[in-house]
Amino acid sequence: MSSPHPLSGTPPRSREQVAELHFMDARYKLLDLAAFLDRLERASGGDDHRIRGLRQALPLLLEKGDGRVAKILSLWSDPSAAPIEKSDTKAATGVWPGIK
Amino acid sequence: MRYIEPHGHMVSRTTDDYQAMTMAGCAAICEPAFWAGFDRKSADGFYDYFCQLTQHEPKRAAKFGLPHYCWLCINPKESEDVALANDVLALIPQFLKSPTVLGIGEIGLNKNTRNEMKILEQHIELAVKYDQLILVHTPHLEDKRKGTRLIMDALKANGVVKPERVIIDHVEEHTIGEVLDAGFWAGITLYPESKATPVRAVDMLENFASQRVWLNSACDWGVSDPIAVPKAAQEMRRRGHSAAAIDSLVYGNPVRFLSQCPNFKDPAALKS
Repeated sequence: MSSPHPLSGTPPRSREQVAELHFMDARYKLLDLAAFLDRLERASGGDDHRIRGLRQALPLLLEKGDGRVAKILSLWSDPSAAPIEKSDTKAATGVWPGIK
Repeated sequence: MRYIEPHGHMVSRTTDDYQAMTMAGCAAICEPAFWAGFDRKSADGFYDYFCQLTQHEPKRAAKFGLPHYCWLCINPKESEDVALANDVLALIPQFLKSPTVLGIGEIGLNKNTRNEMKILEQHIELAVKYDQLILVHTPHLEDKRKGTRLIMDALKANGVVKPERVIIDHVEEHTIGEVLDAGFWAGITLYPESKATPVRAVDMLENFASQRVWLNSACDWGVSDPIAVPKAAQEMRRRGHSAAAIDSLVYGNPVRFLSQCPNFKDPAALKS
């Protein structure tokens, strides 16, 4: 992955300033995610590849350093390199179906 | 504030959207050819669609004072049918003479199949033959990283395509760096549910500063927001970016890329 090159003119910010701007947004999204996981617990059946992918992404949120979004998107990506012969669908599901 | 909407599928939008975009500062709109949400059964359907893009939609936009431009292709979602795709490719050259056509797009891949690759390569050859700009659609979600790499390989393998004349759209955090490092322009698409939100887009901009990035709403018939670009500008303003930096991103950058096509006229120059 390419190294970031910070946008010149980006104002320096303290964590407090970032929290002022975006904490409430992050808060409601985290609660929505928690509610989604609770909803899964109340439902029957096992995890499909999407839910497995989501569970595998959760520890990445607590890793140190920048680049969490890229790491999660990469985790969910098809790791193969060659074109496939044919697809039986036009749609994507959000997580590579082959994820373990 | 002024901005260019470099990627909007206005044939699927209402006049209320044109009104909202104009009121938010939109100065010009560019419409790539895309998938209608269902597969068209014949090249005749595409002939009509290209007429709509080159003749009818510019008139509809003009009622709101908006210059309207378009890109032509068969979208990768319909290129699995190679025979149909070849018929559509044969139609395109006659429409390239239209004064509002910007180039070939949005071409690319959807599920990264061999047939999609074949038609992508033919589109690239067509663009080279007629000296056209290229607008690339990268696949959705889990197929994006692989597809983006395959597309860049195909563009490089052509040997003639100049990366500065290609914009690779729908980049996200895991693809933007590779696209910019390869010398291409990168488009960040702002969607409420998939692709990037305005907040993530501004994070990417702050991390990958580049003069080769544009923002677009890609508003279409699905869940999308025709005024997503000014919302991202608002996010930049909240974070303390200057008015000049915002203008450079949402107006200056698309004008610089699109001005490589002689059909595109800087709206500011038109008004002066």
